[in-house]
Amino acid sequence: MTDLLTVRGLRGGYAGTTVLDGVDFTVPAGTLVALLGRNGAGKTTFVHAVMGMLKPYAGSIRIGGDELAGAPAHIVARNGVAIVPQGRRVFAPLTVEENLRIAARRPAGAQAPNAWTATRIYELMPRLAERRTHRGDQLSGGEQQMLAIGRALLQNPRLLLLDEPSDGLAPTVVDQVAELLETLRGEGITAVLVEQDLHLAFRLADEVAVMQKGRIVHRGTTADFRRDRGRAHTLLGVG
Amino acid sequence: MATYLVSMLNGLAMGSLLFAIALGLSLVFGMMDVLNLAHGAVYLVGAYVAVALVADGGGLAVFVLAVLAAAAAGAVLGGGLAALTRAIPHHLDQALLTLGVALTVAELLSVAFGNEVHSIAAPAAVAGSVTVAGETYPVYRLLVIGFGMVLAVAVYVLVERSQLGSVIRATVADRPMVSALGINTGRVLVGVFGAGAALAAVAGVLAGPILGAQPGLDERVLLLALVVVVIGGLGSVRGALLGALVIGQVQAVGAALVPEYASFLIFAAMALVLLLRPAGLLPAAGTAVRV
Ligand SMILES: Nc1ncnc2c1ncn2[C@@H]1O[C@H](COP(=O)(O)OP(=O)(O)OP(=O)(O)O)[C@@H](O)[C@H]1O
Ligand SMILES: [Mg+2]
Repeated sequence: MTDLLTVRGLRGGYAGTTVLDGVDFTVPAGTLVALLGRNGAGKTTFVHAVMGMLKPYAGSIRIGGDELAGAPAHIVARNGVAIVPQGRRVFAPLTVEENLRIAARRPAGAQAPNAWTATRIYELMPRLAERRTHRGDQLSGGEQQMLAIGRALLQNPRLLLLDEPSDGLAPTVVDQVAELLETLRGEGITAVLVEQDLHLAFRLADEVAVMQKGRIVHRGTTADFRRDRGRAHTLLGVG
Repeated sequence: MATYLVSMLNGLAMGSLLFAIALGLSLVFGMMDVLNLAHGAVYLVGAYVAVALVADGGGLAVFVLAVLAAAAAGAVLGGGLAALTRAIPHHLDQALLTLGVALTVAELLSVAFGNEVHSIAAPAAVAGSVTVAGETYPVYRLLVIGFGMVLAVAVYVLVERSQLGSVIRATVADRPMVSALGINTGRVLVGVFGAGAALAAVAGVLAGPILGAQPGLDERVLLLALVVVVIGGLGSVRGALLGALVIGQVQAVGAALVPEYASFLIFAAMALVLLLRPAGLLPAAGTAVRV
């Protein structure tokens, strides 16, 4: 299978400090790869670098064959990458409708029959339809997460970057988010899922990668990772 | 009572002008965390455009021409400032750069127009007075109030109701996230910077028949606009409007009641607001206090 995202030797950080210390990472088209790692491992930094929200020091980021390392975020977005950021970051002063409308973009290339539209987002997440006229900061955490996902989908991306979508949500709400992501998986999306919630990651991911101190220290199938509990324990500090 | 009516109207006229001036300052600060210290100088450019074109009064057409010329000059200055500040990474350096532009522009204006106080006549057609509740009041100032009301409605519709307005408000709230949606926020910034500066320069023309033009006016106007922005809340259109109305009233009514303390009153008002609501009266949602 061809890789949609290919990252080689990515180095980056903040104000001269090194957080990403030579990351090699690939996402085959049509697969969902979970990126695991402890707090501070550099997962968000990595995702931001891929999105163009952080300029890397060195390395290559290819998306569908185009070299995008160092390109600004709006160019990366126009090349088909969308992010559901950690902390959700819905636009607080904008209504649900406005949040979605400024994100809407037609898919690149020819008319895609099942392109995401606001109508389809509202069908998929009726809760958002009910809250259409509410401002971003009037939504619950779960609703904000739905909105952040809807906003990213409306970009009609080729590659979706999900940074801890379960973060700070009650277990029942995590379940709703999981169901939503499962539906998307059924549609064959290509995605990177950063997660601390291993159950969620295992439920959704085809493959698992583990980041430690700014490097990928493990990569394999989800099934293989689940079998070796010892490895999960040493890599992540969990059972 | 009637004298207070006159003061209140004066306050409304001043508030209208302050809204036009403070709006750009507030939105640009909200978007890039940078105070444009050249904003007062842009206003003064507008005032001297009026000196050059309509100082001795003249037809309405020339006055409108002066407004358009000031708008163009302001837009160019604002766009240039945006491009310059974007090329520099650090906030302090950006602020210093705008200060440098402010001093340079002020110096050039004083070389070109001298250091004397210029008064500017209102266009002949609207230079008269009308009787309002038994007091005579200049027609021109009523028109300035009307301009303020139209501007407030237009800006409200643009910023709160249009797609472009959503982008502007989102950029104030979380600029990197807007970029990640494929929107070139650099261009949004140049546009808002340019439009805000154009409005400030237009205010310089419109305020001409009331405040005239002279060296140092740029600093006074910048200071007032800053107080308006701080009172209203950074990055907020409604805040800029409310702050401008409050400061307009405090200044005008204060000048009528306690003339010797009038200039302290606006700072007292600012201190009071900061004490009770540190983020201002109507801060843009999602923007924390960052000063
Ligand atoms: N804006 C920033 N400025 C400076 N340092 C930062 C910044 N953001 C993150 N860091 C540092 O970079 C390192 C990696 O942080 P990052 O947010 O990428 O980790 P993470 O794996 O996403 O962690 P978490 O699971 O807690 O979200 C940490 O040491 C963090 O302190
Ligand atoms: Mg993180």
